[in-house]
Amino acid sequence: MVLASLLSPAGAADAGGARAEDASGTQPEDTAVLADLRLDQVIDAVVANGAEPELLTGLLVRRVRDTDTLRYRQEVFRDLEEPALLAGARRFADLMRQVRTQLDQLDRMNSVHQRQGWFLDAAASYCEAVRSLTSELTECHAGSRGLLAFRDYLTRYSASAAFRRLAEDAADRQKDLAGIRYLVRIKGPRVEVSRYQDELDYSAELEKTFERFQQGAVKDYRVSYRVWPGMNHVAAQITALVARLYPDQFSALVEFCGHHADFVDPQVRQFERELQFYLAYLAYIQRVQSAGLGFCYPELAEDSKDVFAADTFDLALAAKLVAGGKPVVTNEFRLSGAERIFVVSGPNQGGKTTFARTFGQLHHLAGLGCPVPGSAARLYLPDQIFTHFEREEDGANLTGKLEDDLRRIQRILLSATSDSIIVMNEVFTSTTVSDACFLGAKVLEKVIELDLLCVYVTFIDELASLSETVVSMASTIVPDNPAQRTYKVIRRPADGLAYALAIADKHHVTYEQLRRRIRT
Amino acid sequence: MKGHLLYPARDFDITAELPAGHEDLIQDLELATVLHAMSAGDKFLLDVCTRVMLAGLTDPAVIRYRQEILADCVAEPEIIREMYSIATAALLDRRKLWGFGISQHPTSILAAAIRQLEVLIVRLRELRQLADKHADTFRSAGLTALFRGLQLELDDDYFETLSRHLKQLRFGDGELISAELDRDTSSINFMLRLGPARRGWKERVGIEPRSSYSFTIPPRDEAGANALADMADRGINQVASAAAQSADHVTSYFTMLTVELGFYVSCLNLRDRLAAAGQTVAFPEPTPADSGELSCVDLRDTSLGLRIDHVVGNDVNADGQAIVIITGANSGGKSTFLRSVGLAQLMMQCGMYVTAGSYRASVRHGIFTHFIREEDPDMVSGRLDEELGRLSQIVDRIGPRCLVLFNESFAATNEREGSEIARQVVRALLEANVMVLFVTHQFDFADRFRRQAVAGQAGNSALFLRAGRQPDGRRDFKLQVADPLPTSYGEDIYLRIGGWL
Repeated sequence: MVLASLLSPAGAADAGGARAEDASGTQPEDTAVLADLRLDQVIDAVVANGAEPELLTGLLVRRVRDTDTLRYRQEVFRDLEEPALLAGARRFADLMRQVRTQLDQLDRMNSVHQRQGWFLDAAASYCEAVRSLTSELTECHAGSRGLLAFRDYLTRYSASAAFRRLAEDAADRQKDLAGIRYLVRIKGPRVEVSRYQDELDYSAELEKTFERFQQGAVKDYRVSYRVWPGMNHVAAQITALVARLYPDQFSALVEFCGHHADFVDPQVRQFERELQFYLAYLAYIQRVQSAGLGFCYPELAEDSKDVFAADTFDLALAAKLVAGGKPVVTNEFRLSGAERIFVVSGPNQGGKTTFARTFGQLHHLAGLGCPVPGSAARLYLPDQIFTHFEREEDGANLTGKLEDDLRRIQRILLSATSDSIIVMNEVFTSTTVSDACFLGAKVLEKVIELDLLCVYVTFIDELASLSETVVSMASTIVPDNPAQRTYKVIRRPADGLAYALAIADKHHVTYEQLRRRIRT
Repeated sequence: MKGHLLYPARDFDITAELPAGHEDLIQDLELATVLHAMSAGDKFLLDVCTRVMLAGLTDPAVIRYRQEILADCVAEPEIIREMYSIATAALLDRRKLWGFGISQHPTSILAAAIRQLEVLIVRLRELRQLADKHADTFRSAGLTALFRGLQLELDDDYFETLSRHLKQLRFGDGELISAELDRDTSSINFMLRLGPARRGWKERVGIEPRSSYSFTIPPRDEAGANALADMADRGINQVASAAAQSADHVTSYFTMLTVELGFYVSCLNLRDRLAAAGQTVAFPEPTPADSGELSCVDLRDTSLGLRIDHVVGNDVNADGQAIVIITGANSGGKSTFLRSVGLAQLMMQCGMYVTAGSYRASVRHGIFTHFIREEDPDMVSGRLDEELGRLSQIVDRIGPRCLVLFNESFAATNEREGSEIARQVVRALLEANVMVLFVTHQFDFADRFRRQAVAGQAGNSALFLRAGRQPDGRRDFKLQVADPLPTSYGEDIYLRIGGWL
């Protein structure tokens, strides 16, 4: 059976396996590439936000080159920008997760009453999940093909006789049980269970006597007891006696469990699994967004290599900085016409590597159908992404390292096509400047010949003016404090001009600044 | 039951954050000396008086409310100290017992709570007796209300109710607990109930359905016994928590008393120390923030007075002045004067007396200090950077009707640049209705304000004080009203300490 899918217009292959993630036939991205781009951190954090780790990991490491699928996903993300709809989807996912957990626990329960109560509770949560999401999807004006298909299915399903019967029965049984109140008297080893008859609450009386001394809020000393399935035999005996005190309510419960044994609908389950992809990614970027950083839906460059991104940033780094309450610097890149290659040079600590990673990250994320860091972007769908970052292993001899570097680069240049993207960072630092200049020029010439998109981070300024397809970018520093990281990379080499900020100006304590700052 | 000794109808918030930048204020005004004299080595009192002092009042009526209480305390120091020691003893008694904060068993929480309540109630009785004895001694609104409240709230009936509760909390006859069904049909919402479970006669003779079933745990079923004990624990959970909270309530009452009385006890301590050092004190006269007043007779640096004999006082009338610029000889008492004003202002605004013949001043909505710091004398640029960073932090918090004391600020660069920065800063502050006291060697800066004042420019009413010197070149530490002079007296000091070059 082909089920509708939230991930692809083609639908999911089957209910259990969910092959939608590799329907396009692409291979998972190389783990070394993901690590170089710090996408492994992003993926781990996103997966940690969702309930389906395997499905999510599978989706997040596979770029899709099919623009229709990518737009299909972007549409769903756009719909989920509406806070009410997103909240509704999260609530649905949480409830469904809870339902699954509860059903899994049934086998471990010894008390028959407990099993039945727990099953009833799971059924009630399921009904609530379906109903609230149905009304949420109907009220919010979803426009994506994926969510519209979901909505139509849910509307039909929740109006079906079977579902309505389930919901009504569950509500009745819960009401029955909630109305039961009883007394337990414990005296030595003897336990007596009886009907409740309006006895006085003693703690309320005690509280009233002492409240006159209260100066402020006090701690709650109630010990919190863990609620966990697995009743001990004393508790089970008590419940069994309660069942004898209230026989009608308990026999109706038995009937309920028999009648609604398999209540979870396979298509609802499929949607719920796939929804995790969206919810987990959005939960991850939400923290970054809360620091005022924007995300956008990239335009997909199909027929040209004109790419750009405005106000963009390294997502993995931003997540860390925002968590530490630190500011994030945004950058911009743009290639147009014949331009293909960014050569990034300039002072260290200036954000060159971050810039290179950002470029790689954006292209991977765009290939997942996800919103990417930035206020606007146009990105290419490469056949492969290659990275060459300095490896820190074996500090043995320089020749060995240089050779290793060259072999790795050779492999990349042999496998790359004009549709690929290469991100190279601080190449040939392990050799002399003239060597590095010579080798760098050789590599770049080959890259230029391949006509592919590339970011090349280097300490050799000369490489920046090798061809008109090369765009020079430079990192910047604060003249006052060269140790401070700026993370700002701008087009053109640094002109070396000091800002010469007056110290007073830096602290915002000149007359004009003070006039504005002092509250009146 | 409230203390309300620090505000007429409000508690003092001992947990409030200290104002930002308080470290600078404490360091610059040498406040630590005063605070230590107040606390007499007691860490708790040190914390209390630090907090009360830094949380200055801006309402002259509230200041007078405290002044009246303090006057009562000064008249009857023994009663206040006795009341304070009852409160601290209550807290000490309690601390000697096992606490219940970490227990995971309501049974032990309840037992600990009962023990605590027992010792605390003894101290409550002592308070009541003290109140009975001295109800008519005091005049201040604050202390009169406190004593009357004790007599009213802690009457004999109330003590009887307390005893009854302590007895009931030991449940001789097993616990009766009501419960409901959780989502998995296990029992929840346990609540301890009073009264026996009743059964009607119809049920007993079998006419009505049974309303009660029972079972008994077999003697060797240890797990069952544990489960039952656990259930009993859950049953008394709420009551144990209520009892523990009751103990906390009484404790918090005593804690509140130690805070509010602690401040006045600290004031008594300081007064004793000052008296021993021959320092006289007077209650200052706070005036509304907008009155723009600052005048004093024989104003002395409280902190200095605790450390050395023969502290010289200053008489200054700066009423209506926007800025006071103090120039003149090194070691001429400029910094001391600045500190004496800062301390007097702080002490006045927390309800204390001041070390002066008289002190009359507007309340300020914030008191800030910007003093030159000695560290890193070599790193000139780093020092200016640090100074301006500190200034920037002050600017974040300052506003109209505040007071800033500058002590040789912006001297970390050459005089022209330093003067320019100082001029810009002071101009902006004066325009924002901030009063400024500025000790400076920078003639250029000081003289510019003198010329503006002479020219009668708006907002620039300035008073110029100068550290004087005797005809023999020795300083008398008294400030005179005098215009700035182009030179300081570093040469004098150099000569006095030997002229070793």
